[in-house]
Amino acid sequence: MAEMVRAEAVRKSFGRSPVLNGIDLRVDGGEVVCLIGPSGSGKSTFLRCINHLERIDSGRIYVDGELVGYRQDATALREMGEREIARRRAHIGMVFQQFNLFPHMTVIENVMEAQIATRTANKRDAETIAHDLLGKVGLSQRCQAYPGQLSGGQSQRVAIARALATRPKVMLFDEATSALDPELVGEVLGVMRALAEEGMTMIVVTHEMGFAREVGDRILFFDKGCIAQDAPPERFFGAQEDPRIRAFLGHIAY
Amino acid sequence: MFGIRGDAPEPPSQRAVAGNPGTPILSPRHPGRAVSTAAALLAVAVLGDVLVTNANFRWDIVGHYFFSATIMSGIGMTLALTGICMAIGSVLGTVLAIMRRSANRVVSLIAGGYIWFFRGTPVLVQLVFWYNLAALFPRVSIGLPFGGPTFLHASTNALIRPFTAAVLGLGLNEGAYMAEIVRGGIQSVDAGQADAGRALGMTHLQIMRRVVLPQAMRAIIPPTGNETIGMLKMTSLVSVISLADLLYSAQLIYSVNFQTIPLLITASLWYLIITTVLTIGQSRVERHFSRGFVRAREQRQTPLRWLRSGEH
Repeated sequence: MAEMVRAEAVRKSFGRSPVLNGIDLRVDGGEVVCLIGPSGSGKSTFLRCINHLERIDSGRIYVDGELVGYRQDATALREMGEREIARRRAHIGMVFQQFNLFPHMTVIENVMEAQIATRTANKRDAETIAHDLLGKVGLSQRCQAYPGQLSGGQSQRVAIARALATRPKVMLFDEATSALDPELVGEVLGVMRALAEEGMTMIVVTHEMGFAREVGDRILFFDKGCIAQDAPPERFFGAQEDPRIRAFLGHIAY
Repeated sequence: MFGIRGDAPEPPSQRAVAGNPGTPILSPRHPGRAVSTAAALLAVAVLGDVLVTNANFRWDIVGHYFFSATIMSGIGMTLALTGICMAIGSVLGTVLAIMRRSANRVVSLIAGGYIWFFRGTPVLVQLVFWYNLAALFPRVSIGLPFGGPTFLHASTNALIRPFTAAVLGLGLNEGAYMAEIVRGGIQSVDAGQADAGRALGMTHLQIMRRVVLPQAMRAIIPPTGNETIGMLKMTSLVSVISLADLLYSAQLIYSVNFQTIPLLITASLWYLIITTVLTIGQSRVERHFSRGFVRAREQRQTPLRWLRSGEH
């Protein structure tokens, strides 16, 4: 499989406290990689570095062979202009814990917005694409609703459709089900599972161990800003030898 | 024991029995309300009586001048100044608010300094200052700074007429206040909204225009309505630079016929009428920008609905 995301020695700190202490990672196209670990271990920050919502202090992150947010100079990396960063970001979909839907726009307007802003489609095509995507997440009936009228699970499915609208090469999920009522988690995981089966490259920060075990191709355990383990789910959940990870898994009921 | 039950009401025959869960739940009685209502109505009646019976109010003169040409042109001036100055203030305020939040320290400091200066000096002083600008700069020219060539020049007094001075004085001052209102509105929008916009590949400007400002409007509109109504009355300050707004027009009339009170009443009634219209406009605009925040079924309370509902 072709390489889709590569991180090399990524470091970042907030003020004086280091968050990422040299992350190296390669994710191939079509792979589903689940990041798990205690809170504060840097997994969400790493996710936000991939689409340059956070600056990194050193290292390199490539998506589909291109640096995100920076250009290689003769001697150093230089941050790109805003437009260029925006163009790269459109190829990286992101789903947030708090959905972050635009509350003043209808569901379909939410899904159309990025296509129009990035000029990937004109208004009519954008609407067709948005309709298709909303159908895919099972919400074609709610096109004209406002986000405030949706349940949490429906909101997150709209957010997934919105992120898919610019045809991203990779999807980042930042604890996409953590803000949901337990009975609504399943519908969102179902959409994510279907996406994985279609061959989407996915990097998923999650506390849903069942999802990680079933859908994940690899499990990455983050601890203190490092990847403490990178293992296939059978080995990670089945024959875990690291006592620290065993303790962590013991704390999480799944 | 009483309890709130979700099932259908029981037949009336079983109600009203003490201890029966079907007993209706009543609001508490308010015996004091009847007394306070009576007292308030009495006060209103006394006031109304005074207004009608005291001949010194000279309602005939109020009526005579209510639609007079002088008053009408004064209203025109007041409305024009209010509209133009609020437009300048809103645009300037938005620009200043965005500058104030800029990552560029110099830009942010300049905006901060502007707000500090224009909020910190009386608007009356600013008005008189613009009116007397010629004392400071007798000539105005357009060209390159620091002694470069000039392309156009004119005498300041020809450029700064009383109307221009009024627009500059009130508009630039309003910009400082609007900047703080817009800044507060922008800050009221959750940071996740901008994150989502960036993650979708929108530029800073697109996020501001399409995502943040429309939501900030919800917080911006009510104080802006306040500012507009304040501006309506603040325009009466322009009488000091002899611009004939509504109040100054009334003053022009009573300086001749000495009917001070009736003409002040005339002007005040007009201010009240315009304020009422502006208030209605404000609630319309508020409803527009609360799209997605107000549920469809929820009806907003308007005075008319309040009277009809009978819940008072």
